[in-house]
Amino acid sequence: MIKIENIKKSFGDKEILKGISGVFERGKPNLIIGSSGTGKSVLLKCIVGLIAPDEGHIHYDEHELTNANRDTKTEIRRQIGMLFQGGALFDSKTVEQNVMFPLDVLTKMPKGEKLDRVNSALERVGLAGQNQKMPSEISGGMQKRVGIARAIVNDSNYLFCDEPNSGLDPQTSILIDDLILELTEESNITTVVVTHDMNSVMGIGEKIMFLYKGKKLWEGNKNNIMDSNVKEFDDFVFANKVMRKLKKG
Amino acid sequence: MEECISIGINSVFLVALVAFFIGAVTTIQTAYNLVSPLIPNYVIALVVRDMTILELAPTIIGVIFAGKVGSSMASGLGTMRISEQIDALEVMGINSSSYLVLPKIVAAVLMYPMLVIIAGLLAMVGGYLAGVLTNVITPTEYIQGIRFDFNEYTVTFALIKSFAFAFLVSSISSFKGYFTTGGAVEVGQASTAAVTQSVIAILLADYLLAQLLL
Repeated sequence: MIKIENIKKSFGDKEILKGISGVFERGKPNLIIGSSGTGKSVLLKCIVGLIAPDEGHIHYDEHELTNANRDTKTEIRRQIGMLFQGGALFDSKTVEQNVMFPLDVLTKMPKGEKLDRVNSALERVGLAGQNQKMPSEISGGMQKRVGIARAIVNDSNYLFCDEPNSGLDPQTSILIDDLILELTEESNITTVVVTHDMNSVMGIGEKIMFLYKGKKLWEGNKNNIMDSNVKEFDDFVFANKVMRKLKKG
Repeated sequence: MEECISIGINSVFLVALVAFFIGAVTTIQTAYNLVSPLIPNYVIALVVRDMTILELAPTIIGVIFAGKVGSSMASGLGTMRISEQIDALEVMGINSSSYLVLPKIVAAVLMYPMLVIIAGLLAMVGGYLAGVLTNVITPTEYIQGIRFDFNEYTVTFALIKSFAFAFLVSSISSFKGYFTTGGAVEVGQASTAAVTQSVIAILLADYLLAQLLL
């Protein structure tokens, strides 16, 4: 479980996050949604520690990240797996080397055991046998799956996904969403997904936090989206005609 | 090791080519300017030797090094930054600057002096061939000039300069690349800035070291 309390962040005079609190539960995908420029990615970067918040606290189960010393921060980060928007695979390394990377630098496992775990992770994301390909030789969807394999290979307790479906076709998006859901439920990990893809929201939105201009305006799950009465949230979710008809109907 | 190969071994061809022709041109131009019959021919080789060791090998090759290796470092790190590869390292709990930048600086400081030594030798070989083939100096005179009144300290000075230049080029280029923000255009700008600032730093350091150590 991850708990955030009153997270505030400004860049210069511009206030991006205006005191966001919430809980991201274990064993279910927690979605942060909102239109572009609302601070979703900044919040995610604050949570994983890539950006220090100006105010507020972030708790990873029993550990507090914001005031933690370097060793505790490293310990927390070693339990984190993250899928970046563009995959963030290392260009000069093969698929196998990319997935093995966290094991190479964070563990002292024997080579054979590392290879077993890499193969198992690649099989888990449906990329068995693609070990020797370079990132430039595989599609965007496959790169995302390699990113997921790299994120889970170290048995991470926390999985973060920044726009996992951006740039993917609807079918591949559903595949990625299903994979995230399966991994979260089967491994009972805390997963936080930043997205503005409504298919993902309706598909895996077990817990949803809606951000608007740096504030949390709505919280719920995919089943009570229809019951919302927050105008900004409705404007975002029911932006297209089909969704509007669904709401009215 | 990978960085040593990328920074050092992969630069040998360019460094060798530039050094060879620098030596050849220096010989021809020195011979062209030394027209007095009172000055013996071996002075041409002596001038080539001292110019090569003191200035041409460490400094001109330093400028070439900044153009080739510095731009490559800055654009490589810049691309890693904008494609979130550096963020990925940080999220894994890895100190990205130690992991990415330190090996580059260490490899540059180790490999650049070797490149300077190779450049110095090849420049003198280039000078020998150009001088002998164009009949401006005989092989005996050239060898005599190379050996005449040789001061070993010039080699020490060249190596001190090469360590300093390698550190400057690698650290400036890494800094520019590591702190790139934006997109592809900014990566290009970072690469250009890395080369420009490295060259300026080399020239300033060259002057300061000459003042301090000679």
